[in-house]
Amino acid sequence: MSLLDVFTVIMTASGLFFFFAGSIGLLRFPDVFCRLHALTKADNLGLGLIVFGALPQAASIFDALQIIFIWLLIMVASAVSCYLVANQAVEDLSKDAADQSNKLNDLSMRRTTKPTINSSTGSTTNGF
Amino acid sequence: MIEYLSAIVGMLILVLLVGLGRILLGPSTADRMLASQLFSTAGVSILILLAIIQNQSALINVALVLALLAPLTLITFIRLRKKPL
Repeated sequence: MSLLDVFTVIMTASGLFFFFAGSIGLLRFPDVFCRLHALTKADNLGLGLIVFGALPQAASIFDALQIIFIWLLIMVASAVSCYLVANQAVEDLSKDAADQSNKLNDLSMRRTTKPTINSSTGSTTNGF
Repeated sequence: MIEYLSAIVGMLILVLLVGLGRILLGPSTADRMLASQLFSTAGVSILILLAIIQNQSALINVALVLALLAPLTLITFIRLRKKPL
């Protein structure tokens, strides 16, 4: 077992650790933004470590260059898609909040005869 | 060395199974698309390791195509949600 093999073993094992951390974060974090944070950071680091571990074992220099190119491509693509998903999630959140406050306004307009419900819904509307 | 790399590939397939759990649970469609992004990164690393294990450089080209096509699905998903055709 040469020194390069030891390098490969260490790099791929730590890459696997980061992959597991990212996927557990994807499974257990509470909302979209936390999951995005776990996925885009930890998984790309894991992929980078596995790529660096795979480089000494590559058959030719052309293969090694192609692996590095794939890694750069994944970095750019994940940055773009992370931004797009977060943008969409923010828009969905604000749209949901607007719908809900409209619904609460309708309710309080209908039930003008009951002041207790009116005040409670009014405070919730201010909360948005 | 080949046995060790095969074990790493098996563990990465377990990571893919965890991503499938998020697709089952995910409350919104954005969560499910995030799981597809996990599939692209884990799938690319599985393909690179398989190319080394089986000594076939063609699998690296497969990984390249996967890395090119995975963000296109997500971009299409976002564009379709913004402006329905």
